[in-house]
Amino acid sequence: MKIRCFGIAKDITTTEALVIDSDAILTVSDLRKWLAHNYPAFANVKSFMVAVNQEYADDTLLISDQDEIAIIPPVAGG
Amino acid sequence: MDNPIDILVSPTPLSLDRCYDFVVNEGCGGICLFVGTVRDHNKGEDVTHLEFEAYNEMAVKEMHKIAAECCTKFSAKKVAIHHRSGHVSLTEKAVIIAISTVHRKNAFLACEYAIDRLKETVPIWKKEFLQNGSYWVNARP
Repeated sequence: MKIRCFGIAKDITTTEALVIDSDAILTVSDLRKWLAHNYPAFANVKSFMVAVNQEYADDTLLISDQDEIAIIPPVAGG
Repeated sequence: MDNPIDILVSPTPLSLDRCYDFVVNEGCGGICLFVGTVRDHNKGEDVTHLEFEAYNEMAVKEMHKIAAECCTKFSAKKVAIHHRSGHVSLTEKAVIIAISTVHRKNAFLACEYAIDRLKETVPIWKKEFLQNGSYWVNARP
């Protein structure tokens, strides 16, 4: 699956679009665990949300390769 | 009824006239405009400029939700929310919120609500550039 990365998430993963090939990621929560394991620097980020198909998602939401998924670090518009 | 909402995320300078012209209408006696500008300091450090990164498609959706809330919660008749992306220099406009209402009080209330919500929910990120480095605002604990 493809994960869009913005702001500090792009700095941590060094890419705008992370491509993950893993059978272990079924939910948003699984994705969080995968990110924490593969990119420990996420522990230094205050928090982050995950958006699925351009909507903020709960950790229990099921995700698949067909979804548009993005890491949303703390926003700072305005 | 005309479309009551105008949303824009743009890499080019924002226009107060465009926002004003969108919200002005014969049924409204009050228009409130909020403009967020780039300040030359933050937390004791000199700021040289900002860069905004936006998740454009989702940012537009979230800004649209806020504008729709202004219509339902505060009876706003027209709402324009425009936000910059990319490199933004000192004193430039980072965001414009324009809201028209029948009477002035709700225009003030809706404008404050809109900018507060924008800072909470809209996926746009601000990188602050100082004399000796840069950092993503709000990102660290």
